[in-house]
Amino acid sequence: MSSTVIDKAGSRHLLMGNEAIARGALEAGVRVAAGYPGTPSSEIIETLAAVAGERDLYVEWSVNEKVALEVAAAASFAGLRSLCAMKQNGVNVASDFLLHLAGSGTRGGMVLVPCDDPGALSSINEGESRHFARMVEIPLLEPGDFQEAKDMLCWAFTLSEEIRNLVMVRSVTRLSHASGSVTFGDLPEVGGRAAFDCRGTLLETLSDPLRGPLIPFPVPVHHARQQQKLARAVALFESSPFNGYDGPEHPELLIVTSSICSLYSREAVHLLGVGDRVGILKLGTTWPLPPKFMRSHLRRCGRVLVVEEVIPFLEENVKILAADLGPWTFFGKMDGSLLSAGELNPDRVAAAVAQILGISYRPVPEAYAARAGKLAETGAPAREITFCAGCPHRASFWSIHGALQLDGRQGFVCGDIGCYSLAMLPCGFSALKTLHAMGSGAGLASGFGKLRDFGLQQPALAVCGDSTFFHAVLPALVNAVHNRSNLTLVVLDNSGTAMTGFQPHPGLPVDAMGDIAAGIDIVSLCRSVGADVHVCDPFDLRRTRDKLLQLLATEGTKVLVLKQICALSPEKKGKKRFRMSVDADKCLGQACGCNRLCTRVFMCPGLIWDARRGVSEIDEVICAGCGVCADICPAGAIAKEEAV
Amino acid sequence: MQAYELPQDPFNVIITGVGGQGNVMASRMLGDMLSRRGLLVTIGETFGASQRGGSVMSHLRISHTATWSPQIPAGRAHVVVALEPTEAVRVLAAYGNPETIALCNTRPIYPVGVLSGASAYPSPAELREAVGALTAQAWFLDATDRALEMGNPILGNIMMISALTALAALPVERDDFEAIVTRTLPADKAAANLAAWDFARRHFVCP
Repeated sequence: MSSTVIDKAGSRHLLMGNEAIARGALEAGVRVAAGYPGTPSSEIIETLAAVAGERDLYVEWSVNEKVALEVAAAASFAGLRSLCAMKQNGVNVASDFLLHLAGSGTRGGMVLVPCDDPGALSSINEGESRHFARMVEIPLLEPGDFQEAKDMLCWAFTLSEEIRNLVMVRSVTRLSHASGSVTFGDLPEVGGRAAFDCRGTLLETLSDPLRGPLIPFPVPVHHARQQQKLARAVALFESSPFNGYDGPEHPELLIVTSSICSLYSREAVHLLGVGDRVGILKLGTTWPLPPKFMRSHLRRCGRVLVVEEVIPFLEENVKILAADLGPWTFFGKMDGSLLSAGELNPDRVAAAVAQILGISYRPVPEAYAARAGKLAETGAPAREITFCAGCPHRASFWSIHGALQLDGRQGFVCGDIGCYSLAMLPCGFSALKTLHAMGSGAGLASGFGKLRDFGLQQPALAVCGDSTFFHAVLPALVNAVHNRSNLTLVVLDNSGTAMTGFQPHPGLPVDAMGDIAAGIDIVSLCRSVGADVHVCDPFDLRRTRDKLLQLLATEGTKVLVLKQICALSPEKKGKKRFRMSVDADKCLGQACGCNRLCTRVFMCPGLIWDARRGVSEIDEVICAGCGVCADICPAGAIAKEEAV
Repeated sequence: MQAYELPQDPFNVIITGVGGQGNVMASRMLGDMLSRRGLLVTIGETFGASQRGGSVMSHLRISHTATWSPQIPAGRAHVVVALEPTEAVRVLAAYGNPETIALCNTRPIYPVGVLSGASAYPSPAELREAVGALTAQAWFLDATDRALEMGNPILGNIMMISALTALAALPVERDDFEAIVTRTLPADKAAANLAAWDFARRHFVCP
């Protein structure tokens, strides 16, 4: 993509929302970008990293979101424009520094881009970043389409320098991971030296925002200045081109919306054919709302539907502004016109509008809908998500599950964030019993490991990936060792941040831009803090299970690193180590004592069950050739042969 | 002034399949070709861990005039392209209407529930009947099997896109495809992709 995002002004390209955001930052002359990988945000940093050389940028994958925000802030303090990107819950991680940064203010333009995930399409939460903008008192912008994602990013840097504070630009999955047409603007000449002018007293920066220490002390004085900056942003929002109204002069219903919901709203009005009755007030500057602009449009109509994802943030703020306008009727999340959980789409918005206007809308003829419902039951069996064929996690959890069963004390696994979170499902033998934030598996296990005096007999095991290990597991491990907790931490090391697309992490000898980095060895690190550390290949099922059994029976804080590269990694993808086959004469199928352990329990999608012949088979298109299934077949019917 | 006519505006295409099949690449390639022809294209899709081995959809909105929602409304798909046949039924049930047309790759990928015996996979005859009952016209193409004969199952996706552009009368020509593969792929892979494109036009479109 590098050739595309740095193409010339005036050219038009089909860009992913995240690429449009990156292009906007490039047009603003961003110099430093940092983030931590997380769907749906990862491509922003990846896109910038790919053009770092050509555009003279420094781009890094930081160890976690808090450090990423600090790295980006340092560039701003030194006068450079900087960007920080993360998924929604990353803002929680960064929030302590975020609060203090908003208090100290910034110098070079600085933009924080959180990408929220309404509907939790790739998350274990529907957390919202918008509230942080209100909580720490910084301006919030929300692009409504792909062109605006580019244009708004570019302007956000200007705004940040106008008020000398951080600006938040919030995206969502359906924008970040969708693609649309974007026309490019100019790319500036790159240049400018970094310097942090920290001379003067603690009050220096109040008279010259580009000078003095960046320490918000005395706090109330700096806090009041921060609020003046926010008021300046509101004044600019009053005439922002990112806010606009489309519809009749005095509609029967006014939709107030922002972000991708503005496209859903437009489509809903189109579907219902009510463009002459319903107006759409699309907002790009969503906090603080510009009061004069808002009131002038709210006066068009006394019935307002607020369309947003996920919980009523915009709705609350609009209601506050409308409080003195008169007896307005509001529809949205609070009256149940739209749900406050899950994502929206054009149909959900159309249903709400139809209900309010008292009209009916049927997408397809009733007979078709009835037929479709019936045929889907038999024609489309449920497709549960599962580990890929050849995934090391399937083998790891096979051994973890087996060891916990053999141990017999009803031990359990505290889960963490990564592809291995899927082990809450049958594909991971439902081994995970808790799943919360990054690093929480080890933290919970550290706590469970101290409950024996209260009668807890079950051994606690935690899992984490290699990237997650550095992000937030390390403090929990240190805590466990220091407090002499009993737990087994299994590091599922697949050599990259696999779930989000193999971004490097501190354990690898390469950085975001492809340059040489200092790889930090997880095994030595764990040993250095005093844990009892072991290493296995998860594809060696017997050795892994025996080692786990031994560790479960041992006191103290133990770490088992299970090292095997992800099946989708560039090193492995498309290359089969083994050619697998099933000997139909040896496979006893359901008559076997195992009752087809391979397809009923192990359930690798590369193995299929031929019900007609009553034997298992290899699906050559899906099988990744890892060879693990050969070791689970008690009849020895599955054969592996080194592929050339 | 519009050089390329669309059957409808916006023209709505859903490419569906199973996580790992190359759905995202296929939709992006089609989008790039249409964009090259000056059309406004919006593609909605999701990816990440939550798609591993699950159902995956890409929604393409193709228009001369506007950027449309990245999610197609219920019942508004003009074409459904299924890289896996049961996914055609699943998607038609939500997004099809009596006028929808469908192209189905015939190669099954069994859900883990089917592998374990918890649910049953429909027979080829049942699948044809279900897809037929939910479309105005449907084509069943053995693209993956043909691609395996050419040495790489992933080329089945190229065959599906090649067949789609012809059967749904999309304004895309061989030179659009050639321009993209020669720009993005090494010479040997570009040649294999072009061979798959041509094969589909010869065997699936006007056999």
